[in-house]
Amino acid sequence: MVKRSDIQARAAMMRVRFEAAGGQVVDPPLLQPAGTLLDLYGEDIRARAYVTTDALRGEQMMRPDFTVPVVQMHMRDGAEPARYTYSGEVFRRQEHDPDRSNEYVQVGYEVFDRDDPAAADAEVFSLFALQLRGLSLRAATGDIGILIAAVQGLKTTERRKAALMRHLWRPRRFRALLDRFAGRTPVPASREALLASENPMGFDTPMIGKRKAAEIEARIEALREDADTGPISDTEMVGLDSLLAVRETMPFALEQLRDVAVDLPQISPALDRLEARIAALAARGVNVHDLDFEAAYGRTSMEYYDGFVFGFYAERRPDLPPIATGGRYDALTRQLGNGTEIPAVGGVLRPDLMLEIEEGAQ
Amino acid sequence: MSLKLGVPSKGRLMEKTFTWFEKRGVSLSRTGSDREYAGKVDGIENVQLVLLSAGEIPRELAAGRVHLGVTGTDLVHEKLPRWEQQVEEIAPLGFGQADLIIAVPNCWVDVDTLDDLDAAASAFREVHGHRMRIATKYHRLVREFLTDSGVADFALVDSQGATEGTVANETAEGIADITSTGETLRANHLKILSDGLILRSQATLWRSREAQYSARDKATLETLLDMFETVK
Repeated sequence: MVKRSDIQARAAMMRVRFEAAGGQVVDPPLLQPAGTLLDLYGEDIRARAYVTTDALRGEQMMRPDFTVPVVQMHMRDGAEPARYTYSGEVFRRQEHDPDRSNEYVQVGYEVFDRDDPAAADAEVFSLFALQLRGLSLRAATGDIGILIAAVQGLKTTERRKAALMRHLWRPRRFRALLDRFAGRTPVPASREALLASENPMGFDTPMIGKRKAAEIEARIEALREDADTGPISDTEMVGLDSLLAVRETMPFALEQLRDVAVDLPQISPALDRLEARIAALAARGVNVHDLDFEAAYGRTSMEYYDGFVFGFYAERRPDLPPIATGGRYDALTRQLGNGTEIPAVGGVLRPDLMLEIEEGAQ
Repeated sequence: MSLKLGVPSKGRLMEKTFTWFEKRGVSLSRTGSDREYAGKVDGIENVQLVLLSAGEIPRELAAGRVHLGVTGTDLVHEKLPRWEQQVEEIAPLGFGQADLIIAVPNCWVDVDTLDDLDAAASAFREVHGHRMRIATKYHRLVREFLTDSGVADFALVDSQGATEGTVANETAEGIADITSTGETLRANHLKILSDGLILRSQATLWRSREAQYSARDKATLETLLDMFETVK
C-alpha cells in the first residue's frame, strides 16, 4: 500500500522538475463552478465528478481535472508564451469499479505557445518520458488532428461534416453516421414515411413544449436535403477506414498515412505537422523508431484533445489506468477564451501509480 | 437475529406482495393501527417483516440491513450501480409491471428514434442556447442509456412527480419515466420513441448478498425458497 505522504513527496519532486523546465506554479481552487464544466462536457461530467451546492454559488464541482481551470486562468490573465505546472488532488466518481480511486494526485505541465507547435509537443512528451524514466512503460501516441482534417475535407454537405465532427469522440455513433451517409444502412421506415408525406405538419395533435413548429419544419427540410444528397464515395470511405486502421511505429505510420493521403488529400497539411513533430521528438532524443502511433488513439474519453495525443501504460499491470496522458487542445482555448485562442499542449502524471509500480517491482 | 424481509409499506404494492406470499403459505400482515408501520409473519418461524418505502429497499438490501426485499427492478438498477454484486434476484412477482421509456411530444413528427433525438438536440441547442432537457427521476439509468446510444447535447432535469407535465410547462423538452398503460403519456400529448425502451420493470423479490446469515437464517431461507416453489 502506497502511503499518502510518499505520494505527496513524489508529486512535489516532480513539480520541481517541471518548474526547472520553465513551469510557473499554479494552484486552482478545489471547488470549480459547475456551469463551465457542464457546458463543456455535458451530462457525462455528472457521472464523473462530484457535484455539491450551496444557496449562494449554486452548483460547484470537486475539481475533476486541472486543465480547464488552468486554461481559464491563462485566457483571463496569462502572458504569452506561458508554461504552467501544478500538483494536487482531483476527484472522480467511481460507481462501477471499487478498485479505482475516487481521489488521487495529478502532477501536470501545460504549454501555451504560438511559435512552434511541433517543438512544444516534443517538449511536453520528452519531459514526461524523463519523469517516467526507469519504469517500464509503453508509450502510445496519436493525432486527432488528422481525422479532423479528413472529415472536414470530405466531399459532402457541411451538415453531414458537422454531424460527423460532433461525434468524432464517440466512435460507435461516428461509424453509424458514416455508414448512413455512405448509403450503407437502410433509412428507418419512420423517416421514409416522413419524407414521403405531402404535408408532414398537417397533424391535429397540439403543439406543446419549447421546440417550435419552425424548428420541426427546419429539421424536415434538412432531412429532405440529406435524402437528395449522394452518398460519401467508396474512395473516401476506404480512405477513412485505412486511416483509422494505421497502427505502427511513428516513421512507418507516417509512410502509411502518406499513402492514405492519395485518397484523402485533405490530410496532407496535418501529416506535415506529424512529420515536423517526429523530427522535433527525435531532436529531443526520443527514439521515434520505437514509439507507437495509432491513428485512432485518443478518440474516447479525451474529448478536448484535437491534435497530438499521448499516454503511458504499464503493460504488466493492465488493471491500472494510464500512468500519464496528455495532448494538444487548441480548440479548448477557443471555447474558453471569449473570442481569443492560443495553441496549447500539456498533460498529467499519476505519482500514486508510479509508486505502486515501483513497489510491485521490488 | 432473524431473517428480515423488507416490504413496501403501503398501497397496492404492499397488498399484492402480501397476496403473493399468502399464496405460498406465508402470511404477512400489519399490526396495530393502520398508521403504525409494524407487521407480523405467520406460517414460518424466524422471519421478521420490515415495512419500508419501496424506494429505500434497494439501499437496505445493499447495506445488508434486510436479507430479503420486494421492490421494482427499476429502483434496484437505478440506485445500485453494482446491483449484480449486491443483490440476487429470487423471483419476479408478476405485478407492478412498468417500462422505463423516453418520450417526446407527439407534435415532433420528425423524431421517432434516438438518432432523431440526437439530431434534434443538436439543433435545439443552437437555437435555444441550452441543451435539450429530459425530465426524470432515474438519473443514472437514463444518462447511461442516452450516452451508450450516442445521444449528446442533452441535460437531465430532476422531476420527482407529474413528470409528463414538464413538457407542456416548458421546464423540459422530453421525459424519461415509467409507464404501464401509456395512458398518462397520451393524455399529455407525448409519444414513446420507437427505440426508447430503457428497462422493463416489475416488482421483484431480491436477496441481499451483503447481509450476514446465521446458520438458522440460512435454514429459514432454504425453507422459504421451498415454499415459494408451491403456489396454493
